[in-house]
Amino acid sequence: MASATLETRENRRAWGFVTPALLWTVAFFVIPFIVMAAISLATRKGRELVMAWNLDNYITFFEKAHLLKGLFVSLEITFTVTLISVVLAYPLAWIIAERIPQKWQRMALIMAILPFWTSYVVRSYSWLLVLAKNGVINNTLMHIGLIAEPLELASTRSATVIGFVHFFVMLLTLTIYANLVQMPPNYRRAAADLGANGFQVFWHVVLPLTLPGIMVGAFLTFVLCIGDYITPQILGGNNELALPQIIMLQLGRRADFPMAATLSIILMVVVTLAYIACARWLKMERT
Amino acid sequence: MISSRFSKLLSWAYLIALYGFIFLPVVVLVLFSFQDGRLPVPPFNGATLKWYGEVFADTRLMSALGNSLMVAIASSTIACVLGFCAAYGLARFILPASRLQRGLLVAPMTVSYLIIALGLLSTFNWLGVSLSLWTVAIGHVVINLPLCFAIIYASMGDHQKNIERAARDLGAAEWQVMTQISAPMLMPSILAAFFLSVTFSWDEFIISFLLSRFDVTLPVEIWSMLRSGLNPKTNAIGSIVFLVSVALLLILELSIFRRTAKK
Repeated sequence: MASATLETRENRRAWGFVTPALLWTVAFFVIPFIVMAAISLATRKGRELVMAWNLDNYITFFEKAHLLKGLFVSLEITFTVTLISVVLAYPLAWIIAERIPQKWQRMALIMAILPFWTSYVVRSYSWLLVLAKNGVINNTLMHIGLIAEPLELASTRSATVIGFVHFFVMLLTLTIYANLVQMPPNYRRAAADLGANGFQVFWHVVLPLTLPGIMVGAFLTFVLCIGDYITPQILGGNNELALPQIIMLQLGRRADFPMAATLSIILMVVVTLAYIACARWLKMERT
Repeated sequence: MISSRFSKLLSWAYLIALYGFIFLPVVVLVLFSFQDGRLPVPPFNGATLKWYGEVFADTRLMSALGNSLMVAIASSTIACVLGFCAAYGLARFILPASRLQRGLLVAPMTVSYLIIALGLLSTFNWLGVSLSLWTVAIGHVVINLPLCFAIIYASMGDHQKNIERAARDLGAAEWQVMTQISAPMLMPSILAAFFLSVTFSWDEFIISFLLSRFDVTLPVEIWSMLRSGLNPKTNAIGSIVFLVSVALLLILELSIFRRTAKK
């Protein structure tokens, strides 16, 4: 009896600790999400919002080519960026983990992620300085006489991809490095003793063991990349619009809140599908 | 022997190439913030501090900078307090559906900032709440709370549990245990969570952009400067933002991570 009351009292106290954070999350994350989902079922009559409770906006999304194209543009950019970033980051993480003396590894990692701490806006602007018509690359190439006319580097999809890759190489280097240093060296020695050559050791032992690091980094890349407005807006320009740019367009010029909400829900569904695809590698553990 | 030297050479070449790629935009940004001329692109005409002078004379930029600091510190403090309490409750007590609660608390981490901002914007519009720095701060707490909770929760080990139990046996009330025993023991991770939140809030654009009206934060003000094209003044304020973030990172590295690494 006594222990039961103690338990109830303990429990009540515990709720006191957890409730404020839960309330905050419900009030400013869950409810706004529900409101937004509801608005995606409304229609716009002039400047007014009318609750229609139908799926017209979603149907419009699949019917209007320019809206649907935004999703494909975003997906193409995101997959390209993820792939290039993994391919570039893996050797970097490997070299830091294997070739750099242990006491310098931490420094090397901090250096690698240093530019990460410039803000999104500033980072994209910096790439503009490099890629613009009169920017660093064109200037250098023309100076050494490799090209006569400046190349069209900014306001292209390549510019968006470069800006993204720059950011995500750092992120993936971190997650892959974390996996590489956790791997016991015995595994590789054992494989080599059993006659595997360098490539076989990598392909059958190292790569599978670092797959979680790759997947965690790739998932983060996917989520952050597909939802980003700044990089495609500053570097990609208006030639071809990614989904977040289209969402912002609905908010600004067209003041079409229901469509913006619809597109956001679709974006969210895409991210959720990506999560389900990567779920088995993304376990949050308490150490 | 030759092949190992060759692979070593290749490694260094790759390392230098990638670090070059990573640092190129930052170096260009900072270098041309000193440009003596109207365009922050080559050729470099010589060094001047003129643009930094203009940045500090710009009252709009300076008030945006102040706003950013205010929002960052306020939202990170709230996120840390809420996150710490929740972590304490969930790590030290057995609660029903604790997995679900943890899931709910970290859920905002998996959602794009754009969607969080749009949801809040719809809700504030619907309720007739006018946009201000307060609404920005609320948004920043939403994105930083999962982070603070996850960091602090992850560092709550069982060895601290026994010390807390000892304090309780010696007659400490629960709030005393929390503030005088647990909080000091977990201070490294609490501070890590705080400084990380501050940097995230300091750099965050889309939530600040959508949820502010007249008073804006620094990234939003920089964004509106971009409309005038390439300008050394933008380089100067960008370099300042970078410097502040690096300073925060250094504080984190030197004071907190070093200490936890030693343990």
